[in-house]
Formats: sequence, C-alpha cells, structure tokens
Amino acid sequence: MQTFDLAEQGLRALNQTLHAQKDSTNQTAWDIVNAKGSHAIAVGLDAPIEVNVRGSTGYYCGGMNKQATVHIHGSAGPGVGENMMSGTIIIEGDASQYAGATGRGGLLVIKGNASSRCGISMKGIDIVVHGSIGHMSAFMAQSGNLVVLGDAGDALGDSLYEARLFVRGSVKSLGADCVKKEMRAEHLEILADLLERADADAKPEEFTRYGSARKLYNFHIDNASAY
Amino acid sequence: MARHGSSIISTSTTRRHTEGIMDETPRTLPRQSATFTNEINSEIRRAAATGIYDIRGGGAKRRVPHFDDLLFLGASISRYPLEGYRETCDTRVTLGTRFASKPIELDIPVTIAGMSFGALSGPAKEALGRGATAAGTSTTTGDGGMTEEERGHSKMLVYQYLPSRYGMNPDDLRRADAIEIVVGQGAKPGGGGMLLGQKISDRVAEMRNLPKGIDQRSACRHPDWTGPDDLEIKILELREITNWEKPVYIKIGGARPYFDTTLAVKAGADVVVLDGMQGGTAATQDVFIEHVGQPTLACIRPAVQALQDLGMHREVQLVVSGGIRHGADTAKALALGADAVAIGTAALVALGDNDPRWEEEYQALGTTTGAYDDWHEGRDPAGITTQDPDLAARFDPVAGGRRLANYLRVMTLEAQTIARACGKNHLHNLEPEDLCALTLEASAMTGVPLTGTNWVPGQGGF
Repeated sequence: MQTFDLAEQGLRALNQTLHAQKDSTNQTAWDIVNAKGSHAIAVGLDAPIEVNVRGSTGYYCGGMNKQATVHIHGSAGPGVGENMMSGTIIIEGDASQYAGATGRGGLLVIKGNASSRCGISMKGIDIVVHGSIGHMSAFMAQSGNLVVLGDAGDALGDSLYEARLFVRGSVKSLGADCVKKEMRAEHLEILADLLERADADAKPEEFTRYGSARKLYNFHIDNASAY
Repeated sequence: MARHGSSIISTSTTRRHTEGIMDETPRTLPRQSATFTNEINSEIRRAAATGIYDIRGGGAKRRVPHFDDLLFLGASISRYPLEGYRETCDTRVTLGTRFASKPIELDIPVTIAGMSFGALSGPAKEALGRGATAAGTSTTTGDGGMTEEERGHSKMLVYQYLPSRYGMNPDDLRRADAIEIVVGQGAKPGGGGMLLGQKISDRVAEMRNLPKGIDQRSACRHPDWTGPDDLEIKILELREITNWEKPVYIKIGGARPYFDTTLAVKAGADVVVLDGMQGGTAATQDVFIEHVGQPTLACIRPAVQALQDLGMHREVQLVVSGGIRHGADTAKALALGADAVAIGTAALVALGDNDPRWEEEYQALGTTTGAYDDWHEGRDPAGITTQDPDLAARFDPVAGGRRLANYLRVMTLEAQTIARACGKNHLHNLEPEDLCALTLEASAMTGVPLTGTNWVPGQGGF
C-alpha cells in the first residue's frame, strides 16, 4: 500500500504519480490522505490500480478514468467520474451535480444520494445510486444503465436516447420523450448483475424501467411543444 | 393608374378622353416592397408549406460592416517600406505560451477552424489536414470526435471539447496538440450543434453513440460546468489529464467579446478563439445565423481591449475567425490586435465547395454556384459536406489538400505584401495606426480614424 499525502505533495505530483502506473506496476494499491475537497483528484488514470481517497473530493474526481478503481471514502463534488471510460468509482457518501456525466463505460456506484443531472449525456456508463437522485437526471442520456434504489426528481430522462433507467422508488416527473417501459427478462438480468456488482441490497423485480419513446428522434413540427 | 378628369363628361367623351390620357401617361412600374421582398415572401411560403424553420449551413449572408471597410495606409515619408522580395517579413506565431509546456508553433498565422467529421466527409477532413500541414499550420476537429484521417494527416491538430462530448476520450485528448473548449460559435452563439438524419451514417452514429438516422441536436451548454468559476476547474482537470502539456483554447462566439474574453482569461485560457457572425456552421436555423451575434469586425477591438486591460495582450493569444477570405482580411485582423486568424468557409471553397463545375447539379438542387448552403442534406455535388460514399468519392483528398496549401500560401504572401508596404518585418508588427476606416460604422467599431480625418466617432476631435 502506497500512501500519498495530497496536502503535502500537491495535486500535480499526485496525478503524475498515478499516471506513471500505466505500464505494468506492482504498486497496485494507493491511499490518498488529506484530500480536503481538492479538485481533479485521480483524473485520467489508465492502469488497473486501486486508489482509496480518504475524505471528500471537489470537482471531477476520477474524471476520464480507465481501468482503475477509485474509492472515495467521503462525498464527491460535481462531475465525479465524468466521461469515465472503464474501471470502477465507488463513493461512500453523496455525490454532487453531474455525477458520471458523458461516461462511456465502467461502473459508478454512489452509496448515498446524487444531486441533479446525474448521468447527464451518459454514453455507455453504468451508474448505481443507492439513495435518490435530483432533477434533470439522465438528460440526453445516450446509452448505458442508470439504477436508482431511491426516488428520482423532476424531468427524469428528458430528451433521452437509448439509455435504460431503472428506478425503485417514485419519479417526481418524466422529461420529454421519456416513458415507462415493460421490464423484460433481459432487463432483470442486467439489473441483477448491476445490483450485485454495486453491492446494493435490492431485488430487480422491485424496479420500474424507463426509456425513450423515440418520438423526438426525427423533428416534426407537431411535436414542437415537447422540445 | 390613369384617372377620370371629370364626372360630368358623357361616357363616350370619357372613353375618348381617357384613351387620350392613357396614350400619353406612362404607367407606374410595379413596386416591390423593401420589407416584403421576393426572398422574404418565398420564405413565408416555404414556412407555411413545411411547418419547420429553414435550416442551412454557412454563416451570415447579410451585408455587415467588414474588413472591406478598412484600408491600409501604406508607407510614406514618415514610414519607409520593406523590399517586397528581398527583406524578410516573418509570419510565424506561437500559440499557448501562457501555461502549456508544449505550445503550438505555426509557420503562418492562418489556421483551419473546427469542422466535424459528420458535417464533412472523411476525405474532406483528410484534405484539411494535408493542406494545413503542407502550409505549416494547424487544423481542428469538430463536434463528432477525432478521426484517423485527420490525426494521421495533420501535423498539428486541435481537439475540440464540446458540450456534446461526442467521441471524447483521454487517449485522443493526449494525442492532440491543443485542446479547444468550445463555448460558442459565431454562426450561433448560444446554440448547439445540429446534424440531421441524412448524415448520420453507421460510422458517424458509432462515433457519437447515437442511433443511425436520427436528427441529432447537440446540447448548447456543457454538461458538467456552467460558469467561469466551474470552467476554471474544468481546465485544471484537462491540464492534469494531459500533464499540463497542451495549450487550452477557449472558443467564443461574437456575443459579448469584452466580457467573454475577460472571463476566458480569468478561467485560465492560453488562447482565445473569437468567431464572428460570418463564421460558418454545418447546419443551423437561418434565423439564428442571420439574427444572433455580432459581426467579426465589431468583435475584435473589444476582445483586444480586454486583453490589454488585463495586461495579457500577446501573452494570451487571440485567434479571430468569421468571414476571413484573403491576406488583406488576415492583415487587418492582425493589425487590430489578433495573433492569428482561422478559416472555415474559405477553406471549403479552396477544397472545391460551390465550384462552378457542378453548376448543373446545383441547379437540379434548386440553387446555384456560390449560393449552395444545404450542407445538412448531405447531397453536396462537390462531395465535401456529405456522408454519401458515392458523392464523397468525387473528392480527391490529395488534390484538395494541395489546393488548400496553395491558397494558405497565397493568403500569407498577400498579408506579407501589405505588411512590407507598411514597413513591417513581422505580420504581428502591423498595428491600428496602419489603418483607416472607409465608413463611420467601421471607424466606430474598430477605433481606427475615418479616412481623410483623424476622427473616431465617440472619441472626439475632427
């Protein structure tokens, strides 16, 4: 286990050190102490390492992550795991706005609640939120899965493309072109796998699936009021 | 219209009398309205028939104050010129000297603006890379990600970071030579990208993670930051991911150039790219293109003023785009304080867009050479703004690249010709004092005196 004191050594040294693990490293476990809400912690990683961040993080922790597991033992600021490509990010606390924005792959687990615009413009990432999510979540979500054990705020899945949304609790309102959909066997299978990987105590059958009605895919003037 | 002279004359007299007047009185010409022109009326009929706004490519087509409204003074007794072919006039420019450890070194101050694969064909992107590289300058990706065609053929490639984040990934970020965060674009400040179903081919769909054939309307705001304070942190993240090597540009449309430039510098930009309303787009509502944003000429002085007020002129470089057509426009933009210019529409014309050789096909599409702007439909006879494999095959990227390189070299020679005539041994030594304005508007906008006077509207004196 390597320990890195962020307050003492600084952000530049941290990311440089973690980037240097790209080629076959034997230092696979890292502990970052004194995170103190710093921005851009452990961004652009590209190695199968495990990074434990002790404390809460600022903006964009784990941004553009590939391969690595980033475990935040606290809460995460805006844009956690933005555009992540692969690997896993686990947040023990809550996540601020835009968690997992534009993520392309990997798994983002939020054990607390997520704020507004969770999974905005997601492009293949899987997000599991143990708590609830705020308004405008999964806005323009293109692909991937968003699983919410709690409730969803206003305008869920507005202008959704092909992403799948699974919510166990209530949905305050659905956004434009987002509709409730039938839960088929294949979806239950996806859910079961995600819940297990996210260490979430829930049954797939308890969820409702939401997706795109695909009515806004090609512009038509009679739909103008929906835009 | 002829009128009756009197109501008491008999009918037969009236007829004779009227005929006499008709013979002698010229008819008035049919008068077209300056407000309801035939063009406007045709648009009303089009809107009524289709129920959708008009979408097109390109930039503002209306007449706006432009570089044509400025002239260079040339040398005189008080300024001596440089020999045209003997004395050096340097054209090199370095972009990204503020924070980046690897700034971009350009041989010429003319770059290629961002245009997407999707809007353009793969071979067209390749040609832009070939032409720019041969001329010693950079080219730029667009809303759709980085293609092998352009990376492979571009020595210096600027990677756009857009609200849609289509195709965005850390590997391409690292193999780019600079990063351009797109906040706005001159054709549509406040609008997002648009690529209609006809152009969403399998490859485009895959790069953008979208279903094939949908009408794709990109977001107008970035998904994970909203204001200058967030932007500063976003730039920090991008720099951390790329080891503080890449210059970070911020591209803004011509909305509020003084404040936007100030905030871009505050957020940590190495380079500000300022795009006026004549700057093109692949597809947007005509009403947006023609009615939102300011002319390029009007944007430069406020942006330069902002840099000067911050003590950052030349430290943060300014790239100006939107209607740049030749070396004179380039020289004028530089004289007003820009460090470089970018071309989009002009580069496409150099590649072969709107070429008279396709006139018959333009006619068949209901348009004509020079006016073709339905780039969003993907039926470009020149094979440039299309994803149709048969049309795209018409375009030869090697020949196209050569034409672009030629054109870029001519632009540079033209700018040098003017600079030497003004006695300057570097294009960057051109200054507002080398210019005069032909119109009051241009004078007021640029702070350059009206020709024949030493007067600038709003600054007193005559």
